[in-house]
Amino acid sequence: MAYKHIGKDFTPHDVVAKVTGQAKYAEDFRAEGMVFCRLLLSPMPHGRVRNIDASEALKMEGVLGILTADDVPAIPAPNAPILTKEPMFVGEPILAVAAVDETTAQDAIEKIKVDIEPLPFTIDPLQSLFPGGPNARSDGNVGNVGIELQTLKWTAADFARAGEGKLPMGKAVEEWSYGDLDAAFAKAKIVYDETFVTASNSHHSMEPRSCMAYWQNGKCFVHASLQSHTYTIPQIAQYLGIDPQDVVLIAEYCGGGFGSKGSAYPSMAIPALMSKKLGRPVMMRISRAEEYFIGSARNGFQGRIRIGFGADGKVLGVDLFIVQDNAANNGFWDFRGAGEAVSLVYTPTAMRFRAVPVYTNLPSRTAQRGPGQNQMACIVEPLLDRAARELGIDRVEIRLRNAPVTGSPVGGERRPVTSAYVREALEKGAARFNWREKLRENGKRDGSKVIGVAVGQAYHPAGFFGFDGLVRITPDGKLHIHTGVGNLGTFSHSATARIAAEVLKVDWENCIVERGDSRRHLPWNIGQFGSNTSYTMSRTNYVAAMDALTKLKEIAARELGGSPDDYDVDGSRVFQKSNPSRGLGYGEAAQRAIDLGGRYSGHELPQDIHPITRASASALAGTGLIGVAKDTLPGGATAAFAVAFAKVEVDLETGQHRILEFLTVGDCGRVIHPMGLATQLKGGSVQGFGLACLEHIVYDPQNGLPANVGLYQAKPPTYLDVPAEMQWDAVDKPDPTSPLGTKGIGEPPMGAAAAALLCAISQALGGHVFNRTPVLPDMIINVAAGRSQSHKPLQVHTQ
Amino acid sequence: MSRDMMPHFELYQPDSLENALDLAKRLGRDGWIIAGGYDSLDWFKDRVKRPKALIDLGGIESLKGIRETPEGLEIGALTTLTEIERSPIVREKYGLLADAARRVASPQIRNAATLGGNLCQDARCWYYRYGVNCYRAGGNTCYADTPQGQNREHCLFGASRCVAVSPSDMGTAAVALDARMVVRNSSGERVIPAEEFFIGPAVDITRMTVLEPGDILTAVRFPAEWAGAKFYFEKVSDREAWDFALVSIASAMILENGVIRNVRMACGAVECVPRRLKVVEQTVTGSEPNEELAQLAGKTAVQGATPLNFNHFKIPLMENLVRRAIRAAA
Repeated sequence: MAYKHIGKDFTPHDVVAKVTGQAKYAEDFRAEGMVFCRLLLSPMPHGRVRNIDASEALKMEGVLGILTADDVPAIPAPNAPILTKEPMFVGEPILAVAAVDETTAQDAIEKIKVDIEPLPFTIDPLQSLFPGGPNARSDGNVGNVGIELQTLKWTAADFARAGEGKLPMGKAVEEWSYGDLDAAFAKAKIVYDETFVTASNSHHSMEPRSCMAYWQNGKCFVHASLQSHTYTIPQIAQYLGIDPQDVVLIAEYCGGGFGSKGSAYPSMAIPALMSKKLGRPVMMRISRAEEYFIGSARNGFQGRIRIGFGADGKVLGVDLFIVQDNAANNGFWDFRGAGEAVSLVYTPTAMRFRAVPVYTNLPSRTAQRGPGQNQMACIVEPLLDRAARELGIDRVEIRLRNAPVTGSPVGGERRPVTSAYVREALEKGAARFNWREKLRENGKRDGSKVIGVAVGQAYHPAGFFGFDGLVRITPDGKLHIHTGVGNLGTFSHSATARIAAEVLKVDWENCIVERGDSRRHLPWNIGQFGSNTSYTMSRTNYVAAMDALTKLKEIAARELGGSPDDYDVDGSRVFQKSNPSRGLGYGEAAQRAIDLGGRYSGHELPQDIHPITRASASALAGTGLIGVAKDTLPGGATAAFAVAFAKVEVDLETGQHRILEFLTVGDCGRVIHPMGLATQLKGGSVQGFGLACLEHIVYDPQNGLPANVGLYQAKPPTYLDVPAEMQWDAVDKPDPTSPLGTKGIGEPPMGAAAAALLCAISQALGGHVFNRTPVLPDMIINVAAGRSQSHKPLQVHTQ
Repeated sequence: MSRDMMPHFELYQPDSLENALDLAKRLGRDGWIIAGGYDSLDWFKDRVKRPKALIDLGGIESLKGIRETPEGLEIGALTTLTEIERSPIVREKYGLLADAARRVASPQIRNAATLGGNLCQDARCWYYRYGVNCYRAGGNTCYADTPQGQNREHCLFGASRCVAVSPSDMGTAAVALDARMVVRNSSGERVIPAEEFFIGPAVDITRMTVLEPGDILTAVRFPAEWAGAKFYFEKVSDREAWDFALVSIASAMILENGVIRNVRMACGAVECVPRRLKVVEQTVTGSEPNEELAQLAGKTAVQGATPLNFNHFKIPLMENLVRRAIRAAA
């Protein structure tokens, strides 16, 4: 079928504003009488605030007020508080001071005497699980969303049994299994039992989480840095203790989130609450260093995997145990993503998954691109290569033999995935990369330099369902697509808006994407995270556009006779199929809708839509033909995949590597927007290179101090660390449950690229598997020189 | 704890060296000399170092530029690293300097960062930069040299309570080129060999160079003796840009009939000062630069290296880089 918009490039309206600097981010806004606030951050990793003496500070000229934990709504533990009396990591905000300018606020903070009683702390989950070990929180050491906050200590025997360098496996708090694991391992030709560590790494969003807020006529106006929109409004309302309808959120542009700004976060409540106290608008600009404290990071793992392969390379059994470093608060459930990813990507015939998420005295974690899935890609993919080598199977072939297909089950619930075209991606990639030919170069040595050629793959769910769509045709004939999904920077807010344009056949010039500001009346949508937009929002925009289409035809039939089925649309008119000259322009139909009222004009609304959609549609009632609906289309467990191929040169004398050639192929269903897809595939890959070989959080276990609170210390990849040219491709096969076949892709390219790079380095080192990320030059030098590594196998947060 | 919010200070922007020297004398320890600012500003933003006044050398034209002299090459301390990297005369005769400049930080930083600033920059030990009260900061402990200290980037040689390393790529090149530092203060000028300019913790734990309050590094002279020599510079870091060396090597070699007649070599990021490899120089002088010599030179270079818990990889890395410098001459 030929599409009008789907599969075609376009220039999203926010691109021009971004590249010309016209886009206004949170810290660019000003309001009459605006003042600034700064934060007093905890100097120690765990303590109890005994007393705050701010008398000197409050006497200073230009200082306007202070906000402490006593002034802000309490957030139920173990979620991160807005301000705290029990700081649980270095850099946790204890109080905020407002002043006429930031320097004055900071000078005032220096004059505040905070008396903090130090408490035991830890940065190592295993240390906390050891009998008598420190708890990061005074109310427990283990928990997560869906797992009760509790104190859990393993036995000394648990640790002794594991032996040196092997992950102890005591009581788990989450567990699932399927199949006969013992039988699977008994049948296996090869069984590996590997202990591994994946480092935590920061999100490095270019825009720190600055926020400006003020109150007007009972409503709180919040200018924030968020990758999601309407999804965050109830959360913000909760932070502020007000009704969601009293939050006006302006978040049109976001300078990167990578998962860390998917939901509202506690610090964004500070300017609003300070503003309420002072009666003046308050701006809180967050600095780069502060972003490393109150920003976010990926959950790190200490894990153990037992994996058994049949003689044919089939993964028969997997026994996976994950100890997740939660940091001080709940963080994310990366461990769940880890288990699900392994169950789906390698389709083991039997699997057991166990996990313990443990609190540590480190800055809060949230989801980061491929939370759990991408850590596992880094660990399991090199093991697959090791098995392929031992069994004499080609490395693409072993992946093909284990690849999931449409309907393959995921996780402990064994839910079938709606589509999976991993085989197609591997085959397409291998052909385009000239895999067989390139393999001849694998292991070739020139002086100190060795070539490694490898393939990697990764997965992430690719969409949700059950949210609302809202479109509007106005008397000027324009189609307004209202989207509450947010703007992570992927342009998919507009790419998916084109689904509505496709259904109604409207030229893109006649479409207006309404987004980024509550005052534009946005529907209830899930946030822009979890690689979901291209699926979820295609569905919502589809159902809303179908509702509008039905209404157009009904209005035409009322006006011109016959039944609605006698009518069709061409993008600007609704007309009689038998006599196309009889019809109404979209603008005319919109005017008729206003005149007709009721469900045509938005005065009557469906019962099943969310209150936020209802409020938005009601506000728009009478301005045109309203198409509004909840997505009740059949859905299921979605899955996106990416595979990556890399040719890498490793210098055995310096431990440095260079990526010579790179190709990534996405399984993202039908491609909506090729350029947008390219940026996701390539951008995700670059982030994957960082995950594999650069980025990690370093802490001193003796004092809980962070070593990398600047971009030059935390080291995301630079232009010079990535290949100048990166190739990409897509399978471009539709997901059957998505109305136009689309599904997400954002997260897997990162894991696939990371895995391909790690596997290529492993190839260059003769098959050495590190069982650790990131792999840094010193680790490569040590292997090449036959020396032991400096870190112990389970040591975390090392340099 | 304060991060990223500069306090107020007085700012002086003298338009001549004489005015700057007067200010430096008058302000003494309260004054802080600033050039490109890439070392200074982080200290101020984190309020770890709090000078009362800044003397900004940026407006002093006489401190800028690259000049050929009868004795060699003189580069003003305020010359940017980009200018050095792109200078035809530097590239033609002192390519080592251009190579080293090209590996400093990032292109954007090099556009503003100066030769003098790079040479005079303070230690980059993360504990010290974090603002802890360590020996170097005037306290009575070292945080890095402990059983659990994260000291991957720290020294192999010359530990003396402090285990920080020299972060200056230009310093490593300057030592290899036998550069002379021209230092002025209100009582006159002194010219100091690069090797003596940098000082380790055993000499003074609170500073990295001989400069004292009132002193200004005005220029660096590179003797003609090494012009057009066979050079080798390599810096190994985690990233290709905006990163400090894990280990770096700079060597200048003069060959005659395939034999090393004269050589100077220095290694960066293994000691608090650029480490001149004198014994390696003596060992290889008079020999043909072949693989056997490279192996010997590498082994010789790391003799006496004392690793910390997380940096023993620097031993093979240093050895490899010395080998590569010899091999490159073959």
